[in-house]
Amino acid sequence: MDHTDHPDPGLGGGHPPVPHAQGQQHPLGIYFKIWGLLFVLSAASYMVDYYELQGLLRWTLIIVFMLLKAGLIVSVFMHMLWERLALVYAILVPPLLLITLLGIGALEADYTFVSRGLFFAPASEQPATTPSPHK
Amino acid sequence: MSSVPAGVAASSPQRSHWQSVVADVSSDQRAFKGVPWGKPMMWIFLLSDTFIFGSFLISYMTVRMSTTVPWPSPSEVFGLTVFGTSVPLLLIAIMTFVLISSSGTMALAVNYGYRRDRKLTFALLLATALLGATFVCMQAFEWYKLISEGVRPWGNPWGAAQFGSTFFMITGFHGTHVTIGVIFLVIVAMKVRRGDLDAERPGFLTKRRGNYEIVEIMGLYWHFVDLVWVFIFAFFYLW
Repeated sequence: MDHTDHPDPGLGGGHPPVPHAQGQQHPLGIYFKIWGLLFVLSAASYMVDYYELQGLLRWTLIIVFMLLKAGLIVSVFMHMLWERLALVYAILVPPLLLITLLGIGALEADYTFVSRGLFFAPASEQPATTPSPHK
Repeated sequence: MSSVPAGVAASSPQRSHWQSVVADVSSDQRAFKGVPWGKPMMWIFLLSDTFIFGSFLISYMTVRMSTTVPWPSPSEVFGLTVFGTSVPLLLIAIMTFVLISSSGTMALAVNYGYRRDRKLTFALLLATALLGATFVCMQAFEWYKLISEGVRPWGNPWGAAQFGSTFFMITGFHGTHVTIGVIFLVIVAMKVRRGDLDAERPGFLTKRRGNYEIVEIMGLYWHFVDLVWVFIFAFFYLW
């Protein structure tokens, strides 16, 4: 309760509280452009499924569209492009470590699959005969 | 584009990138000078949330890569039949577009908030909340449809049993985030409409003074929800 009277400490030493001098203000155009791009990218990734692309091409396109969308959202909509570098690193480095772990996990998955196939496959092959979900 | 906070640009001569990072991290009392404290706090929360969703997606990856039974085809499972023709993944595509639209209106709301355009900010926040609610409704429909078709966390009629558990866990957690976001969007919208932020009235929970930064912080959360959906859409529905 007794914190209420303090001015926002974010303003630092001596600056009078100029209303929103430090807000993220950018021209509206950039938001509309990114919005449009996100629509296009989403449509493109939907098309990957619609035209039933398969295999490596499908996975590559999905990943590329996904990363582009994520990058646009984080950098422009979440204003990461204009934040202090220290904040950018503090937020982006941990997920990058996570992705490294994920990559290692994906490499290891082969091994898991093989051992599961070795031990469990005979019992679980039976329900695999009805793959189609809809008529 | 040149929106480096005014206080920072004035206080320090141009430094190299790494020097600015070192100066920030080693600085007295505050690491991110010139950034309103609420924003790093929200970012750190979002980072922890990233790890929660990361855990879900990693466990999904693990079961999907190691299952010895075929995985049900999401394209068919989530297809809809419209006027006699079945369109693959239609509902999910619509949900994606709805969520992206809500992200766009949210970004505009933040911008108009800093311009102190109360009416437009309120309208855009309300539009965001409505789009979010639409998304949740469609997700509820999707759950209803799958449950009535026999999908359970422990099994389903089409293949790998883990399909149900990962589906309910991942989309359920995401839907919860959207729902909480909608509630907070409505709260922030009401504050904007009443003029709480212009008058700097203290908030009901933290007693902090009203400030248009809360619209941007709300925006961070909402964009994050959209961001998570980007990954779910790619890995769960399209893969």
